[in-house]
Amino acid sequence: MGPFTRITAIAAPIDWPNVDTDRIIPARFLRKPQGSPGYDRFLFHDVRFEADGAEKPEFVLNQPAFRGARILVAADNFGCGSSREAAVWALAAYGVRVVIAPSLGDIFHQNCFKNGLLAAILPGDVVAGLRGALRARPGSTLAVDLDSQTVTAPEGAVHRFELDPFRKQMLLSGQDEIALTLGYEAQIAEFEARRA
Amino acid sequence: MGSTMFEKIWARHVVAEGPGGQTLLYVDRHLLHEGSTAAFVRLARSGRRVRRPDLSFATADHYVLTSPGAPAPDAEIGSMVASLTAHTAQQGIVFFGQGDVRRGIVHVIGPEQGLTLPGMLLVCGDSHTATHGAFGALAFGIGSSEVEHVLATQTLWQRKPKTLRVTVEGRLAAGVAAKDVILAIIATIGAGGGVGHAIEYAGSAIRAMSMAERMTVCNMSIEAGARCGMVAPDEATFAYVQGRPFAPAGDAWAQALARWRWLPSDPDAVFDREARLDAADIAPTVTWGTSPQDALPITERVPDPAAVADPVRRESLARALAYMGLAAGVPLTDVKVDRAFIGSCTNSRLDDLRAAATVAKGRRAVVPAWVVPGSGLVKQAAEAEGLDRIFLAAGFEWREAGCSMCVGMNGETARAGERVASTSNRNFEGRQGKGARTHLMSPAMAAAAAVTGRLTDVRRL
Repeated sequence: MGPFTRITAIAAPIDWPNVDTDRIIPARFLRKPQGSPGYDRFLFHDVRFEADGAEKPEFVLNQPAFRGARILVAADNFGCGSSREAAVWALAAYGVRVVIAPSLGDIFHQNCFKNGLLAAILPGDVVAGLRGALRARPGSTLAVDLDSQTVTAPEGAVHRFELDPFRKQMLLSGQDEIALTLGYEAQIAEFEARRA
Repeated sequence: MGSTMFEKIWARHVVAEGPGGQTLLYVDRHLLHEGSTAAFVRLARSGRRVRRPDLSFATADHYVLTSPGAPAPDAEIGSMVASLTAHTAQQGIVFFGQGDVRRGIVHVIGPEQGLTLPGMLLVCGDSHTATHGAFGALAFGIGSSEVEHVLATQTLWQRKPKTLRVTVEGRLAAGVAAKDVILAIIATIGAGGGVGHAIEYAGSAIRAMSMAERMTVCNMSIEAGARCGMVAPDEATFAYVQGRPFAPAGDAWAQALARWRWLPSDPDAVFDREARLDAADIAPTVTWGTSPQDALPITERVPDPAAVADPVRRESLARALAYMGLAAGVPLTDVKVDRAFIGSCTNSRLDDLRAAATVAKGRRAVVPAWVVPGSGLVKQAAEAEGLDRIFLAAGFEWREAGCSMCVGMNGETARAGERVASTSNRNFEGRQGKGARTHLMSPAMAAAAAVTGRLTDVRRL
């Protein structure tokens, strides 16, 4: 995915705490290569679709107002469990660019940044407030600005989030992290020589 | 002020301090499995090579079939294993593949082969990599992009986590296993309690554990939200490691021992957080819901959502009970099961199989019950002492090594609505198959459920 600085998009609330990566993408889809046809349908598959493939109307992303969501506003410990990066690939395939939550599974959190997804951590009460506002007015947009590290709520309140400068730089530049690390070749070789 | 074991190991692996508080860490050991194949493909596409194939080791565990007799997989699975075989051969990486008795679950064979050593920084593209922390190693799971990064550079960018010490003091009662200890810990600190932290498990109850038991505890650190969990190495650790195929020997062994004895946290080391449990309070435990934190002593009843004040918590509890097909207030020992699964990186080692066999011996499974050893060598050792015959005589199925029904990636799943007494690590919705219902427990408890057909207090069997 290309680098981004600012996005204003429909945001969908995911109210369940501890949403695990098995729920984000069930294991049986993991043998499909990233980006294979229909990858976006794997996202939340078993809570989103019936066995016959019909949409479950109660699931938030199946509701007309939230269909075009590019931002998810989740609850505590979203993305916990398995290290499967396919959870992020499925979110990206659906078009999600930002996940806002009070806390995220550590490996999922890391995987987001490797794929150009912004994970923004905000206090629990702020995030609960955002989810409430999105429920009250389905289809509302949030504005997320990477440069100023802010989320602007539908009613205009601005919330600043902390972001690791390294991760921020990678998101802004869209740089290949391996290429960056290979620039440390001298230090790596020296470390190996010291250890040998 | 002294240092924690985590801080000591971290400091020994710093290659460079990077921008924005990130540290470039050197990786001593990289373990790979079929799920790592995508990283090899991207690496090849960018024209890069594996920097240190000699520090990387691979096996096939997630996708291989475990039905007796090692049957041929379908084309899709076959191509995943074939791809890993080809990539590792091309890059000169040791691969424990089909037909090799050393093949098995990556977190079982690492320690078994002596690839996992105290003081190491070890990573693997699997969230249960914390298992190796039982040896006093800094071991954590990584995503596919990070796997590619380690292959190319033998390093990783990480931000230093906080430290959390979980102390369990006292003696465990009879019938209480390491699995009960970690389920009790997760229920206490919560499924997100360890997010952003490295856990050290300490206290007399942990010290008294065998290496297999310590591995069970460390394995489920991620179910408490922590990427890594560790136990200080001691004589039990050294005795386990000595003589393993890839462990240091001769003079190198003596030098390694001297380094390893320095690893435990200093007495005056300060942790960012502390949690304490009393071993005497821990009973045989089962999960009732869809998060590992939903765990209770087997003597309890299914919780009642109506009794929960917090509306968010109440709704998520109600949702969990609906998925699990459980009514509030029912005694856990009244819950009937349809299957039992004994295996996974949490509980598939020889000690686990012995504990299950002790319960199975002379009894008869009344539901389908699978025993899936953690490795070819575990299977061989179990057969040498007759555990396979005990299980088979009791009507259990004795299978080949692999991850199997813990994760169901290979198609070995339970049917929708089926209730599984399982020694695995996750009771998430759909984890063991779409619509399948998982109750996590120890090997002895799973065997007890298999022979009674319901959740059972193994102490009363």
